[in-house]
Amino acid sequence: MLQRIRQAKPEVTPLPEIPGFAVPAEVLPILFKENSEKLGSRVLLTASKLNLKEQVLQLFPDAKKIASPLSEVDTTVDLGDISDPHELADIDVAIIRGQIGVAENGAIWVDEQDMQHRVLPFITQHLVILLSQDKLVYNMHQAYAKTQVDQTGFGVFIAGPSKTADIEQSLVIGAQGPRSLTVILD
Amino acid sequence: MNQHAQKAAAFIRNAERTRWHDDALWMVRSKRDTATHDIPEWEQLRELGSLVKNNVLSKLDEYLDEFEANAQKNGVQVHWAADAEEHNRIVHDILAKKKIARIVKSKSMLTEECHLNEYLIEKGIEVIDTDLGERIIQLKEEAPSHIVMPAIHLKKEEIGALFHEKLHTEKGASDPQYLTESARQHLREKFLQAQAAVTGVNFGIAETGGVVVCTNEGNADMGVHLSPVQIHCMGIEKIIPKAEHLGIFTRLLGRSATGQPITIYTSHHHRPKPGGEMHIVIVDNGRTDQLGRKDFRNSLKCIRCGACMNTCPIYRRSGGHSYGYTVPGPIGSILTPGKDLKKYSDLPFASTLCGSCSDVCPVKIDIHAQLYKWRQVIAEEGHLPAGKKKSMQMTSWLFARPKLYRMAGKWGRRMLRLLPKGLIYNRFNTWGRDRDLPEAPKESFQEWYQKNRRS
Repeated sequence: MLQRIRQAKPEVTPLPEIPGFAVPAEVLPILFKENSEKLGSRVLLTASKLNLKEQVLQLFPDAKKIASPLSEVDTTVDLGDISDPHELADIDVAIIRGQIGVAENGAIWVDEQDMQHRVLPFITQHLVILLSQDKLVYNMHQAYAKTQVDQTGFGVFIAGPSKTADIEQSLVIGAQGPRSLTVILD
Repeated sequence: MNQHAQKAAAFIRNAERTRWHDDALWMVRSKRDTATHDIPEWEQLRELGSLVKNNVLSKLDEYLDEFEANAQKNGVQVHWAADAEEHNRIVHDILAKKKIARIVKSKSMLTEECHLNEYLIEKGIEVIDTDLGERIIQLKEEAPSHIVMPAIHLKKEEIGALFHEKLHTEKGASDPQYLTESARQHLREKFLQAQAAVTGVNFGIAETGGVVVCTNEGNADMGVHLSPVQIHCMGIEKIIPKAEHLGIFTRLLGRSATGQPITIYTSHHHRPKPGGEMHIVIVDNGRTDQLGRKDFRNSLKCIRCGACMNTCPIYRRSGGHSYGYTVPGPIGSILTPGKDLKKYSDLPFASTLCGSCSDVCPVKIDIHAQLYKWRQVIAEEGHLPAGKKKSMQMTSWLFARPKLYRMAGKWGRRMLRLLPKGLIYNRFNTWGRDRDLPEAPKESFQEWYQKNRRS
């Protein structure tokens, strides 16, 4: 196959340099919040890390199974005990920490280490991502400059709750993945 | 013979539905416009996307080589398929080796192109498409009519009736929220039962040997992370050199496709999950032939956003099924003649050549110019339908004889005024079938010019 491609391909053209695009003067957390909400996320700005437990309880008063690899969260499921990802099928709320947030589109980078089980942020009914405000960048170029995509076996930008518009272009939140995404900026 | 015009004629017979289809797609096109106006460097991004893809095509063999080596270092099994049949066989072999009977799939135009579903189902494997739109058309036993919105041609009442029959939803229910929820419950079960997951690939990164899969529903991830075996099927042209280039393409793709600033999930798969298997099948299936065609190789830069479909006046009013190929619309019409010139010889004519497709293309493919070039190839190779061929020959004969042309013009103008309508709109006047001819002027431009400007 490669031999045939070699014969068919055109003359070599150079790769372009990606310039540093202008970043708006607005404050990143505000831009991030605006753009996240456009894709259906809920963004909470919080000053203190102490009230996280209460916040989760307030947000999801009916949640029975709460899972998180984070030590600062009260959980009802110990992820360390789980060997088969299918056992996560009835998780109500999962709480993870994001590494980078992108203000232009509300996307948050998380990798395998942040979720312990790759399926966790997808199979859970509701997802909460904690993100430090100082981890915000403006655009995707800056985000990729800060991530090493192959550092772990799997990494993902999550920009909102699972959604679809496959029936007559009507937006429905909660397709195959989480029904909601709450981002807590701390 | 493919017969786009006939199938389009059948589609537009229902005027109300045609209007609805047209409006739905135009709404997506409008959302795209709004989203692109949000970033001032949009045109610069398109140029960058185009240049990166040019470079990819010019070093495709080297990047594929690098990609394979890096993927293997990551513990991924890489397979090469020259054509659709080999691709299907490879996927089946992977499944057969593990005695796998149930798989889930996320959207992949490549596997549609290869007819993987039919192949596997015939071998006794349960194949479930998990993108909602794809699941709908799978249950309806139809092909997708759009590459991003596979069920855009169906009304919610039809989907309601289909779900009532297949998924036992309430009779007469057609609320999208309710139907989506029913599909969610149904698909959850399938995700949990699946032993392997098959996905398409949006980008393959040569530098790291990983693949990137973009979805809004999260269905690809649900499948891949629950199944012990994950298989990613990728066309050779999906390669990009480095991870940093994803900055360009993630900004272009979502905005162009649905007017979102990014797809909800942009997943980067590099290594198999603990205890799992990860396969990447690299597929040619005619792409190298297209790469060898100087005038048409640009079509391989496509990132499958569907923007050219949403903007196309023909696509919007004829529906995706009228094209008779997995990838419909303008981009499909420049890909298909390379696959089978004779069979798809009418598709490059399914265009007004207005150029809107080229204007919205995020990687600046000169789509309308290629449509025009394919028309010439098709005429040279003698694949024009007899009527069109004859009339073209007669016109060119007349155009080559100025005196005769002027005389014919004079007679034509007079006759159009004098002859009864019934005679003018005869069966040879295909233009006049759905349109009125313009009112004939009293004199030609040349006559006017000679009278007014000559002196």
